[in-house]
Amino acid sequence: MSEMDEIIREFLVESNEGLDRMDRDLVELERTPDSHELLGSIFRAIHTVKGTSGVLGFPRLESVAHVGENLLSLMRDNKLRLTPQITSALLAMCDVLRALLTDIESTGQERERDFSEVTARISALAKAGNEVPIVAVTNQEAETVVAECIGASDTEDDPVQTEASDANPSVKQPDNRATATAASNIRVDVGLLDKVMNLVGELVLARNQVLQFTASQNDASFLSTAQRLNLITTELQEGVMKTRMQPIGNVWNKFPRLVRDLAVACGKQVRSELEGSDTELDKTIIEAIKDPLTHVVRNAIDHGIESPELRTAAGKPAEGRLLLRAFHEGGHVNIEIADDGAGIDLIRVKQKALSRGLVPADQLERMSQRELVDLIYLPGFSTTEKVTNVSGRGVGMDVVKTNIEKIGGTVDVSSVTGQGTTLKIKIPLTLAIIPALMVTSVGERFAIPQISLVELVRLEGDDCAKSIEEIQGAPVYRLRGNLLPLVFLDRELQTSCVSEVTRASGGDEQQLDFELAKSKHLDWKVKLKDLLRFKLSMTEEEAGSHQECALGKWLNGHALDRYGSIPAVHELRETHVRFHQAVRDIVTAHNSGQVRTAEENMRAMEALSHEITAQLAKVEQATTRSRAVNIVVLQADGRQFGLVVDEINDTEEIVVKPLGRHLKGVTAFAGATIMGDGRVALILDLMGIALSADVLSHKRDSARAQAGPSTAAAQANDKQQWLLFTAGAQDRMAVPLSTVARLEEIKPESVERAGEQNVVQYRGEIMPLVDVAEVLRMSPAPRRDTMQVIVYMQHGRSVGFVVDDILDVVEQSVAIENESNRTGVKGSAVIQQKVTNLIDLQQIVVAAGLNPSTRLSGMGA
Amino acid sequence: MSIQHQFCTFYLDRLFFGVEVHKVQEVLRYQETTQVPLAPDVIGGLINLRGQIVTAIDLRRRLGLPERSAEQLAMNIVLRCDDGAVSVLVDEIGDVVEVGNDLLELPPDTIKGKGRDFVRGVYKLKDKLLLLLDMEKAVEITATGAKARA
Repeated sequence: MSEMDEIIREFLVESNEGLDRMDRDLVELERTPDSHELLGSIFRAIHTVKGTSGVLGFPRLESVAHVGENLLSLMRDNKLRLTPQITSALLAMCDVLRALLTDIESTGQERERDFSEVTARISALAKAGNEVPIVAVTNQEAETVVAECIGASDTEDDPVQTEASDANPSVKQPDNRATATAASNIRVDVGLLDKVMNLVGELVLARNQVLQFTASQNDASFLSTAQRLNLITTELQEGVMKTRMQPIGNVWNKFPRLVRDLAVACGKQVRSELEGSDTELDKTIIEAIKDPLTHVVRNAIDHGIESPELRTAAGKPAEGRLLLRAFHEGGHVNIEIADDGAGIDLIRVKQKALSRGLVPADQLERMSQRELVDLIYLPGFSTTEKVTNVSGRGVGMDVVKTNIEKIGGTVDVSSVTGQGTTLKIKIPLTLAIIPALMVTSVGERFAIPQISLVELVRLEGDDCAKSIEEIQGAPVYRLRGNLLPLVFLDRELQTSCVSEVTRASGGDEQQLDFELAKSKHLDWKVKLKDLLRFKLSMTEEEAGSHQECALGKWLNGHALDRYGSIPAVHELRETHVRFHQAVRDIVTAHNSGQVRTAEENMRAMEALSHEITAQLAKVEQATTRSRAVNIVVLQADGRQFGLVVDEINDTEEIVVKPLGRHLKGVTAFAGATIMGDGRVALILDLMGIALSADVLSHKRDSARAQAGPSTAAAQANDKQQWLLFTAGAQDRMAVPLSTVARLEEIKPESVERAGEQNVVQYRGEIMPLVDVAEVLRMSPAPRRDTMQVIVYMQHGRSVGFVVDDILDVVEQSVAIENESNRTGVKGSAVIQQKVTNLIDLQQIVVAAGLNPSTRLSGMGA
Repeated sequence: MSIQHQFCTFYLDRLFFGVEVHKVQEVLRYQETTQVPLAPDVIGGLINLRGQIVTAIDLRRRLGLPERSAEQLAMNIVLRCDDGAVSVLVDEIGDVVEVGNDLLELPPDTIKGKGRDFVRGVYKLKDKLLLLLDMEKAVEITATGAKARA
């Protein structure tokens, strides 16, 4: 009996898979009606279902499959061509078969179901397409046939006698295949897989610990065993990971059918495109996104894409396009569902929100476009006029959003009226082992998912001071000619709260104020002289020790940890101990009346104090030089930025563990992991950090949101960084930061004249200077001590633009509002809530009479 | 005969607290914690509980008591919660005591400070007072999450 159950279960799995495949193939076939391969695949699928269900004694299933097979065989013999009606009928048949399979799954038997409509439809189609009479086995007939067969013990024979010549299924063949698949596939409880996954996670940690231990060992056999353990663990980990990962295609592949059905139901033409179907996701996540995605697809077809007439009228192809795209980015899986439909009608959204009383009228008026779009997430919101059977019941986007957020994802809708709607879903890859780069900052280790890592840059010695430049307080580094905004991890993590305590105690010890240390040690001389002249009294306690002194603390603490390799630090430490010993000796001698000893010591101390000053200078130089800057260049949301950390450690495989609910509000971390030594390390959420550091601004996102998928490329130009400055009577101006090579301050004395042109010697060449105010015929600003110069570089030659003040660098998309025909001014736009002129540096170069053909050839005005 | 309850007891700044024994998963001595920058300051850090990452809540800070001195190592009481374990950091762990309901009294209204919100009752033991802590409430930190940067 149980063996029979087993066989039936396999049959169910196989049949369902077959039907799913058939769905896809049918939709595909509609596009390429001549494909014999597809037709053959469909035929085989239905044939298998029919044959196996006959063997297992499911007459209803068999009879339905039989009718379908008849129709398909006609098509295979080129007696019938595929029409949309046929496709619909066959798809409907698949649904009937599925329903029957579900019955079998739940009860173990077929249940009474009325499918005569579908079979009649198919038979009618078959008849219409072919004069050869095809006997449609109807429900009742099938039952009688089965009743006859039930007594028959010989299942080797085809239980249903059909007239279709090639529908003579060899029963053995599908059965054999079923067992073959069964032998290589087993079904495992997901809970068990979870457990195995957790254990592998533990094993990875234990392996890491062992590997750490091997560093201190030189037993050859132990080392090779550890090596093997390492390899096996890695493979095991990969294997287990794979068991849980499924391509998103498993969900998506159902969509072409869904899209087709919906499109037909709505009287629309829609072509679905799938991109990145092989993007792998954890099984639990796949399950969780299935329903929301289906919902979104429905929405897109029902609300988004217009009817063919409307589309043609709007100058768009009659066939709408629905693009589903999935890809990995920064430890997340991104899913985009874009249609080229009408977009979200904001006016209707407003009306709807009003009529449903979801938002008060005055508030509605103040809402930005983006906020209006977000209204669709409100429960009970729907813009469709009438409720269809597809959607419009007002349980839509809010459910989608809640479901996605439940698994830690985000949903973002952007829409352009008339061009379409794009929905972006971002899902984290929880429950995974990922390679990560370990870094240290503020004494703690952090993990950076390697997937977002671009490169590592280390600046040493004099380099670091020079090459990190600041634009209005925003540090940048020039990475191969491009400005890379920098984010200091320690500043980012310390800015708001954490333990004020550790900061107060720890902070001072780390950064030594060299000037203060010098002056303090010189002060001792004065104090002790006063002591010897009896102007001052001092006890030994007051004299203190080298450990209590700020310099001493620094030398014994942070300096040893950090600069232990610098000999000057050790020399200074020794001198410092001797110095304080001398101070104590003087005080002791003086207090016990040994004036001479005290004075002798005094001389020694003075010498030591000079030595300290000299050595301090040395240490200061050495430590500054060794203060290397480590930049981790990262990619987040298509933008690069540099994360400055104290130390870059190593790459490691880490097990991503979620943070507890108490820490959900902390956006800087994506999770935590356990390191080889058993300690917990936090995993940085680069998006969160980039956002909080304003490397990626929300403004930019919203700017992008206003563009549809078709204008995405054009958009890339819009969001850019602008350098704001003033020139001539405080006019605000902006140039794209990408055109700026460097910002310089130049002393007016260094300006020389070459012919008519103001020039300055700059980096071994002669750089012409252009006064922006003069070219734009504005009143010149008053003379200043230093001139602010924007250096513009083209074809290896620099031009300096003299401006009044450099204000800021902002990143936002700029809409040119008043196009200008003034030379050098592209127009004006609102940047930082102020009207700003957008300057075209190239035009100014030309206007200033610097011959563009020789000096700046190819630049083009 | 009054109903008897078992409490896991602990000390915080010389105060004697108790939490129902069935809510306690286990008791651990000092564990190395990893600080979570930007988190609300009642979060004492993260500890590694046999491969599981558990958030530790500093009860002293939660109850508005003075900070623990640097040399005093905090003990962990790991509590069972609906969504996994949460650890609370306490000064010292006491015995498990069994006390009857007849000794219970509502906390006097004169209790001051944050502690007042979390003390559900007072058991009058022979030699001292056992403060019954409302652990669910004490480990429920949501509003403070807003502190972690807008």
